[in-house]
Order: sequence, then C-alpha cells, then structure tokens
Amino acid sequence: MCGIVGLYLKNPALEERLGELFEPMLIAMTDRGPDSAGFAIYGDEYDGGVKLTLQSDEPAYDWAVFAERLGDALGGVDGWFRNANAAVFKLACDEKQVRDWLKHHTPELRVLSAGRSIEILKGVGLPRDIASRFNLKAMRGSHAIGHTRMATESAVTLQGCHPFSTGLDLCLVHNGSLSNHNWLRAKLKREGIVFETDNDSEVAAGYLTWRLAKGGGLTQALEGALEDLDGFFTFAIGTRDGFAVVRDPISCKPAVIAETDDYVAMASEYRALAGLPGIQSAKVWEPEPARIHVWERDGAKVEAA
Amino acid sequence: MKTYDLSSASLRELNQSLHDVDPTISEREWRIVSPNGAHNIACGLDADISVDIEGHAGYYCAGMNQKASVTVHGNVGVGVAENMMSGVVRVKGDASQSAGATAHGGLLIIEGNAAARCGISMKGVSIVVKGDIGPMSAFMGQAGCLVVCGDAGEALGDSLYEAHLYVKGHVASLGADCIEKEMRPKHVEELGALLRQAGLDEDPAAFRRYGSARELYNFKVDNASAY
Repeated sequence: MCGIVGLYLKNPALEERLGELFEPMLIAMTDRGPDSAGFAIYGDEYDGGVKLTLQSDEPAYDWAVFAERLGDALGGVDGWFRNANAAVFKLACDEKQVRDWLKHHTPELRVLSAGRSIEILKGVGLPRDIASRFNLKAMRGSHAIGHTRMATESAVTLQGCHPFSTGLDLCLVHNGSLSNHNWLRAKLKREGIVFETDNDSEVAAGYLTWRLAKGGGLTQALEGALEDLDGFFTFAIGTRDGFAVVRDPISCKPAVIAETDDYVAMASEYRALAGLPGIQSAKVWEPEPARIHVWERDGAKVEAA
Repeated sequence: MKTYDLSSASLRELNQSLHDVDPTISEREWRIVSPNGAHNIACGLDADISVDIEGHAGYYCAGMNQKASVTVHGNVGVGVAENMMSGVVRVKGDASQSAGATAHGGLLIIEGNAAARCGISMKGVSIVVKGDIGPMSAFMGQAGCLVVCGDAGEALGDSLYEAHLYVKGHVASLGADCIEKEMRPKHVEELGALLRQAGLDEDPAAFRRYGSARELYNFKVDNASAY
C-alpha cells in the first residue's frame, strides 16, 4: 500500500497557499505509507536555463563552497538556496552540461529533479516529519504531487522514495506493484536508461523517460505504459503545466478526484481531500481505469488508451 | 434524533454506541456529520435503526449490516455494505469498487454510479444502481439480484453462479459463462418489485436479463474420466 496525492490550482490567487493546502493532504495518507514521503512542487519558474534539486547524504554538506565551485566551472550560478539536506540551483546552461560536471566532480550528490519549475524533495520517515523538514507548508506554487510509501518491492531507502524524476519538469508517483519490472529494467538498461535501485516504481519512471525521449508526448508515453507495464498501478505524473492520472485496467489501486472552480485535487482516498476549501460542493469522482486523465493550464482532457 | 460529529467524536465511540443500541428503549434515528471519508462508519449494525451520514464516507461503510437502514448523503469508498445480511443501505452519490461484495441479504441502492466489481461474489443481496457499473461486476455472483439502470462495464457476470442480473443500458461485454436470458413474467415481477423498493420509476420491460450458462460450475458427466 502507498498513498498518492496531487493538487493543481486553477485559481492563481491560491498559489501563495499551495504548501499550506497540500501538506495536510500528504499527512492524511500516512496510514497508507508511513515509511517514507516525498513531493514535487512546481512554481518559482526559472527561464534562464535549468533548475536542479540536489541532495546530499551528508547533513553538514557545505553547499556554499559547492555553489562557488559550480559557478566557477559553469559560468556563474543565477541563484541557489538550501533546504535541509537538499539545495536548489538555477544555472544558465543546459541540463546535460551540469549533469556531466556533477558526475565527474561531485558524484556524492544526487540529482532529485531538473527542469524550469519542478523541485523534488523526499526522504525516509513519517510524512509529517518530511513535510516539516522541508517546511512544505510555507511553499508556494501552481501545483504539487506527493507520495507516502509503504515499501513492498524494495528497501526503505532514499533512493526508493517517490517522486521519481522522469525528465525535465516531469516526475512520477506510484501506488501499486509491478510484476514485470525485472524484465523491463533489463530491456531499458540495454536502451541506455540508468537505474539506481531494484525498485519497481523506478522502472515505471525509467520507462516514461525512455518513451518520452522517443518523442510523441506524455499521452502517448502513458498509452505505452498501459500496454507494457504488467501489475497494479495508479500513477500520478507531474508535468510543468499540471498533472496526469492513470490507473491500470484492473484498477484495484484507488484514486479519487475532486474539482472546483479553484482547483483539481487527486488522492488515493477521499480522506486526503476532506480539508480542502469548498470540498463540500466539489465534484468528486473516481477516475476510470485504463484512461489517461490530464489537467493542464489549457484545460482538462481524458483520453481513451 | 442523536447526532454524532466525527470531527470531534471518535469513530470507535460512534460504532460502539451504534452496537449498544436497544431499539426498544434507545434513539432510533441517528445522524452522523463530518464523516470526512473516514473508513468503517456504521459497520456491524444489528438493530432496526436509521442512520444518516451527511457527507462522503470511506471504505466498508455499513459493512455487515443487519436490520438497520443506512443512508449516505455523498459518495462511498471501497466495499460499501460488504457482507450485508439484511436492512437497507442507500448511497446518494457514487460508490467505489466492490460495492455489496459477498453480501447475503438486504437491499443496497446506489443512486450514482458504482465502480469496478460491484456485487462481487454476491450471495443473496439485492443491489440496485441508478447509474452505471464498472468492469467485472457480479463476478462469481452466487445468489441475489443486480439491477443496473445505466450501462455495465467489461466482463459482466464472469464465472456467474445463480445471481440474476438486469441491465437497462449497454453491456460492454459479458464475462465467461454469462449469457443473455429471456425475461419471463416472474423476472419482470422480480425486477419491478426491486425498482419499486428502490423508489425508481423505471419500466421493467426496458431491461435485459443476464445469467449463468451453467457450463462452468456444473459437473458434466462427459468429464467423469478426468477424475
């Protein structure tokens, strides 16, 4: 069992309160996943290059020294800030350039996310503790997705925490378990996708990365996932402009959507949505199995797969 | 009327109070406010009382119900009225998967839609759904009736035993060993009575009946040599 939550704000006036609205949703899913938690938050858009969330296992890591080294090597850092054991960097260069430099000079750092808008923060522990470690409630932005984990297929480690980055401004959270992940991981490795763990959800993320690199967009990649992934899943996929929800055809992993004029919210269980403003008059329903539900700035769409 | 507010009272306290009811001396009308999607609300009732839940309920709402009449003024999560024995459970909104699972008796009415596996392994319950039902509904249904005024999803009645299925709308596909059957007068009568009990103004003649072809579960003498 795991819990997943997503909140997309249609009303920009609420953006100041994204973290405050989203934190209780994440914590409400503690019963479904008490061993780790994480979230991806979209906002604070940076158009000058790439924004990366980096993480260190060393609590006293000297990010200021690192920032100086990185700036010297890559022609300056446009901005950076530290958040607990993670730090967000804005750099006026492309993603590959930074990743190559990091790989050679600071292999001890982990890249949790890359893009213009996304920041991924996660860790082992109770959702309440993870949210408070990163001060989630004070965060602002347009949308967020989150995950509370009850590990079934692999160890309780930071590497096994969700969300998993699947490309620029893209990430995935998963409730369920995949049964063909070993075979699929081997296949994707041959295609050049790199995996850090033996986690099944990381394979789903790797699969989307691989499909998206082939072109065709998110909907097509998710159609492929419905075809090629065997097992139980409800996925929420964060995109730069919104989020998508997909359930496998058997749909034993739950999902509930609530929509008002102000927001679209999804969660594994209604309990997580119960505290949202105006929820009493929201339209509340279950997303259909084997359909791709997408909410983005240009409106909602549901596609048959 | 006795009112419980689940934003302040504990769920266990509520359910214990409902179990302790003696209908000859206790309050027979109960109202539950701020359910906020909590699981296991009004489970295991065994008295002729009426319970109104004002909002969305979580999993297993009114599970194992006997005698009581429970109305949910909202949606319900997984397994509403699962293993119900008698009484009436009415859902004003939608029901998640496995509504009425394994239920032996009573009447479950869903005024919205029901998701996958509605009436899975039903054993005598009557289920009336005003909207649509999801895939794999009435899977291994042994006895009872499932009435659907809207459409049915894939694999309706897979591995069906003797449950009676009535669908007014489109059936996406029938499961293994489920076939369409003739509506005989006794079926029209049975369906008409259920629609009346559910308070629905529908014409029984507009429905089609589905049932077991009895090819899967009946022992066939032709197979005797296999044993």
